[in-house]
Amino acid sequence: MENYNIVIIGGGPAGLAAAVSAYDAGERSILVLERDVNLGGILNQCIHNGFGLHTFKEELTGPEYAQRFIDELKERKIEYRLNTMVLDISKDKVVTACSKEDGVTQIQAKAVILTMGCRERSRGSLNIPGFRPAGVFSAGTAQRLVNIEGYMPGRRVVILGSGDIGLIMARRMTLEGAKVLVCAEIMPYSGGLKRNIVQCLDDFGIPLKLSHTVVDIQGKDRVEGVTIAEVDSRMKPIPGTEEHYDCDTLLLSVGLIPENELSRGMGVELSPVHKGPVVNESLQTSIPGVFAAGNVLHVHDLVDYVSEEAKAAGKNAAAYVRGELKEDESGEIPVKFEGGPRYTVPETIDPSQVKDQLTIRYRVGSVMRDRKVNLYLDGERVLSRPRKVMAPGEMEEVLLTRKMLDEHPNLKSIEIKVEDS
Amino acid sequence: MYDVVIIGAGITGCAVARYLSRYKGRFLVVEREEDVCCGTTKANSAIVHAGHDAKNGSNMAKYNVKGSEMYPALAKELDFPYEQNASLVICLSEEDRPRLEALYENGVKNGVKGLEIIDAKRLHELEPNVTDDAVGALYAPTGGIVCPFLANIALAENANTNGVEFRFNTEVTEVSRAEAGTAAGNASDADEPHWVIQTNKGAIDTKYVVNAAGVYADVFHNMVSEKKIHITPRRGDYCLLDHSTEGFVKHTVFQLPGKFGKGVLVTPTVHGNTLVGPTAIDIEDKEGVNTTAEGLDALISKAGNAVKNLPIREVITSFAGLRAHEDGHDFIIGEPDDAAGFFDCAGIESPGLSSAPAIGLDVADRIAGKLNLKENPDFVATRKGFIDPKTLSLEERNELIKKEPAYGQIICRCEMVTEGQIIDAIRRPIGAKSLDGVKRRVRAGMGRCQAGFCSPRVMEILARELNVPLESITKSGGDSKIIVGYAKDSI
Amino acid sequence: METRNLTCINCPLGCQIEVKMEGNEVVSVTGNTCPRGENYARKEVVNPTRIVTSSVRVSGSETGAVTVSCKTASDIPKGKIFDVVKDIKGVTIPCPVHIGDVVKADVAGTGVDMIATKNVV
Repeated sequence: MENYNIVIIGGGPAGLAAAVSAYDAGERSILVLERDVNLGGILNQCIHNGFGLHTFKEELTGPEYAQRFIDELKERKIEYRLNTMVLDISKDKVVTACSKEDGVTQIQAKAVILTMGCRERSRGSLNIPGFRPAGVFSAGTAQRLVNIEGYMPGRRVVILGSGDIGLIMARRMTLEGAKVLVCAEIMPYSGGLKRNIVQCLDDFGIPLKLSHTVVDIQGKDRVEGVTIAEVDSRMKPIPGTEEHYDCDTLLLSVGLIPENELSRGMGVELSPVHKGPVVNESLQTSIPGVFAAGNVLHVHDLVDYVSEEAKAAGKNAAAYVRGELKEDESGEIPVKFEGGPRYTVPETIDPSQVKDQLTIRYRVGSVMRDRKVNLYLDGERVLSRPRKVMAPGEMEEVLLTRKMLDEHPNLKSIEIKVEDS
Repeated sequence: MYDVVIIGAGITGCAVARYLSRYKGRFLVVEREEDVCCGTTKANSAIVHAGHDAKNGSNMAKYNVKGSEMYPALAKELDFPYEQNASLVICLSEEDRPRLEALYENGVKNGVKGLEIIDAKRLHELEPNVTDDAVGALYAPTGGIVCPFLANIALAENANTNGVEFRFNTEVTEVSRAEAGTAAGNASDADEPHWVIQTNKGAIDTKYVVNAAGVYADVFHNMVSEKKIHITPRRGDYCLLDHSTEGFVKHTVFQLPGKFGKGVLVTPTVHGNTLVGPTAIDIEDKEGVNTTAEGLDALISKAGNAVKNLPIREVITSFAGLRAHEDGHDFIIGEPDDAAGFFDCAGIESPGLSSAPAIGLDVADRIAGKLNLKENPDFVATRKGFIDPKTLSLEERNELIKKEPAYGQIICRCEMVTEGQIIDAIRRPIGAKSLDGVKRRVRAGMGRCQAGFCSPRVMEILARELNVPLESITKSGGDSKIIVGYAKDSI
Repeated sequence: METRNLTCINCPLGCQIEVKMEGNEVVSVTGNTCPRGENYARKEVVNPTRIVTSSVRVSGSETGAVTVSCKTASDIPKGKIFDVVKDIKGVTIPCPVHIGDVVKADVAGTGVDMIATKNVV
């Protein structure tokens, strides 16, 4: 059996940032396992611009953003294996992986960083009725076919869901010659970024129909049409509001789910809300020495935040290997929240483990306007930040500083409240 | 001149073909679709009924009990997944108890072994997720689950290995009697009266016709016989749950028809998923395999009558299948009085999957008797299934990858299907030609992401192995192309 | 006076900005949170521009790649988006390609080069 101090599962943006940061924290025994033919993960097919504004203060495309981190990884000569699928991770951190070249191999890790990313929800998971012809694609599958393979998966397109990939694909399909007829969104608000609604739909006159969903798919062999209808407040289609579209393609951009089959297999506790591992301030999961970051932990809106989070995970994993991280549950204070957030990452914080500052990330459950986000330590408000608008599609954060913690010795309660302005 | 032409490559047609291949003769299966297992066989409950339901004395009862007895040995012989997981018919109210007892009596009369009525306590020990309202159940230890795709494919491959020809994308348009000396096809030996089958790809002469055309069996029957039959496509909607739900139920759980109507079943599948269904909606369209919102809602609510906390959020796909319901509600097996040589396997609705081996054996033997066919001395009774590296030990798996590196390349992440398996699925005698063909054989695309990740890769492998352009790859044959052109080709 | 309503795209905030105009002259900009919003709005109403991203074919890739992604090196007028895509139709470039390599110089007469955004060997 091979031995590495840190094994990183996935060489996408999170895995790359974690590897580089673990290296920079002094760790030298690092192995990145990537199942695809290239490092960079899904960024390779995200050829649109808009990445890296926070990290690099410039607008990069997905492949360019990935390359910056790939270059950093290679400069540091960090080991990685491509075309290598991790089959299983044991509770004792034995990673079983499989590839054409090496067959099935086992690697004993001291620390594992989970950075497997997420996957798209499928048609099936929505129970959309109708026939099951060719021409129903998840937006990401269409993205790969168009951007990497150079194919057209359809000519007349209806998009269900206004998540960012769906919006981006509305523009990509339009630019490559398809006619995008409509983008239907079951919620009364879009799950995508504002800039994408403007630059991917408005720029091309593609209507966005909020509170609408697909109620039927026609065509036995290939999609011949879809019917969309308005939904009521319980998201049930309203009879009589059906509209038919002649089309050959239905793209689905209906949500992302953290890909946690390996985590579940090794017994990591998962959040029923964000579907990723429950983590503490060190991004450590319920199994000591197992860390998680990026979209496997919770789905992010911007890759910049993925990188930032993964850097923290890499640094913490290196500290764990050096024995500088505590292993037990003692001292963990659950982060309470009220008035908006659906969850927080991390879920718990041990003040003694926070160095300079800690970013608490969360998402809200509905669109909220003119609110204040307040942070309370032992009931005392230590931070108050006005927010003009918060939407479920966008991640929010609160910064907890060492100074705040130092001013509250023997801390018992940490609470985020979203309150009226 | 063929000895026997079988119309339809579903499980019934392929079972007849497989058992016929024990004899020497010229046999052909014609199939309208691009692959075997494209009709009723591909969308059903995937269970082998013990045989207590069908009315005593009916064809259904006879073939079901026999078929159910044949499955364990057949599954070994042809290496397809089958498991005797036992079934439970749960009774939800004391007032329905006489019906439960009647079912038991009927089962015993049909010759089903090991039947037992169990009380609520034992039922909940066996199946903790069954509703607390259940007052008892009929326990059938011989009830089983099977992969209908792989059973169908195994029978077809084995038949083909033993000399049965298959023609796909071949749609029968007419079946008629021909006089001696009038070969419509290429037969040079048409010196006897025989049958002529017209297809979209030319005419075929044959001594015997087997009508295993599923929901279309009435169409062909009525072409040759004055004793008309009528088949109604009876649609059944299903929901398939992810294998994260494995173990939710261990037995196949039926509801006793009663207070809450007919009910739906909840069953594990041989691949570790949970299957819920079916509805029963009579329709006109023999191609009407579309699910409806009402159908799916109804089945989810009905399943809720039988089990607690159904993890319906774990649904990965829903689908609908059509049962070939004949007005007389029994299998029609044999030659109509006015059409000797035309052998019906019609009205094959539930328990058709359970009965297929018994129907295949019986029909093959009867036709062989009439044609005086000799035994096939070269008949090979066994067939090797697809290798699944997941089931191998680490050492065995590494040995396999060393020999065939493609078995080290995972293509479908959800079901952990390797390139080696996909290549095997394509290169087999009755090989996969489409994404669905690969999916039915080795499960690439069958998992929770429903082919989102792997379909472009599987398309590449199909194109490479079949030596065709990637643009021509289909989801399921016909016009079901995935790719419609190249980027920028229309601007 | 004409009023134009815009959604600011500079950050996830997506401020709703109202621009009042007199002919081609901007009279007032309101609704923005930061100066970037005002700059965006002033430009968007007079001279909207976009980065265009797409991909072109490559030849001779060792890894079997068939396309390389590309973008306009800087913003181009919004009205020229489709001209840019049309102009790179049929373009095939030989491998190796590096990030920043010119895929098509002065694309669609915009004065801006289309450059590769991926390394393809």
